Amino acid sequence: MIGVLQGIAMFTVGLFGLAVVLNRDPLPQAMVFTFFGGSLVVLFIVLQAPDVSLSAIVVGTMAYPLMTVLTLAKCRGRSR
Amino acid sequence: MTRGGRLLVFALPAVGIAALLVWSFTGLPSFGHYRGPYGNVVNARAVPERHATNAVAAVNFDYRGIDTIGEEFILFAAVMGVSALLRLHRAEKEAPSPVDRARAHAAAETPDSVAVICMGLVAPLVLLSLYIVVHGHLTPGGGFQGGVILASAFLMVYLAGRYVAFRQISPKGLLDAGEGLGAGGFVVVGFVGMLAGAAFLENVLPFGQTGKVFSAGTLPIINLSVGLEVGTGLLLVMWEFLEQALMVRP
Repeated sequence: MIGVLQGIAMFTVGLFGLAVVLNRDPLPQAMVFTFFGGSLVVLFIVLQAPDVSLSAIVVGTMAYPLMTVLTLAKCRGRSR
Repeated sequence: MTRGGRLLVFALPAVGIAALLVWSFTGLPSFGHYRGPYGNVVNARAVPERHATNAVAAVNFDYRGIDTIGEEFILFAAVMGVSALLRLHRAEKEAPSPVDRARAHAAAETPDSVAVICMGLVAPLVLLSLYIVVHGHLTPGGGFQGGVILASAFLMVYLAGRYVAFRQISPKGLLDAGEGLGAGGFVVVGFVGMLAGAAFLENVLPFGQTGKVFSAGTLPIINLSVGLEVGTGLLLVMWEFLEQALMVRP
């Protein structure tokens, strides 16, 4: 049972990782990255690493995407 | 070089690397079968020796605390680097009336539903972050995790469209001070060990009763210090990014 769950979690991480790489436009890429971060959180919980998953929640789904979006906002503001 | 030639130059090493990878994977221990001795040793010793039920915290802040000081100063240096790179340059200036502009900008573009959810999350996130920092030596979590959650609570205020309020509740000077105090506090705890006649960072405080908040010696103090450093550090980075994105005009 736990093996199936681990398999699903790893597959999801791979799937979203691929989606991040295949996305060529930075803004949608930042959005897809939050799903990738979320899937990593699930994987860490399934692998019984709650310490890591707690930090992954904030870093992967909020801090890093927010930095990307703010950088994009700044760049677009400049080119306008 | 022709296309075929380039393909050949790529394919030969690629096949070799793939073969080496497959070979090395077959030699790995099977998934979930941990062979190293240290995990089992730490699991057996952390509670009797340090009265810390979260063995991860006992390893990070006690058994290999000096490594964690190094890691903490990596973060500290990164935050300083961002602050230095994103400081106002001579050619740039803040928008003429930044507060009014930001207020108009925010009010126009944040839907009420998002604002309500974000503002509603602020207080629970602050509480959760304090809980996770204070119980770092007992349950999963600790200074780093609690710190990033604390920073995210402040960022919720910005996401709710209240950039002006975000700037008011996180004054730059206080953030700088918190960052320095947090990073320095860890080192000070290390010197307390030396003052007591033991080694640097040795856990010299009384261990107390296992499972209580005031237990595990120096671990809760280090957690508080790291929580302050990480929370204010991440917030400082975001502060600089937000200022650059919303306020500064080239």
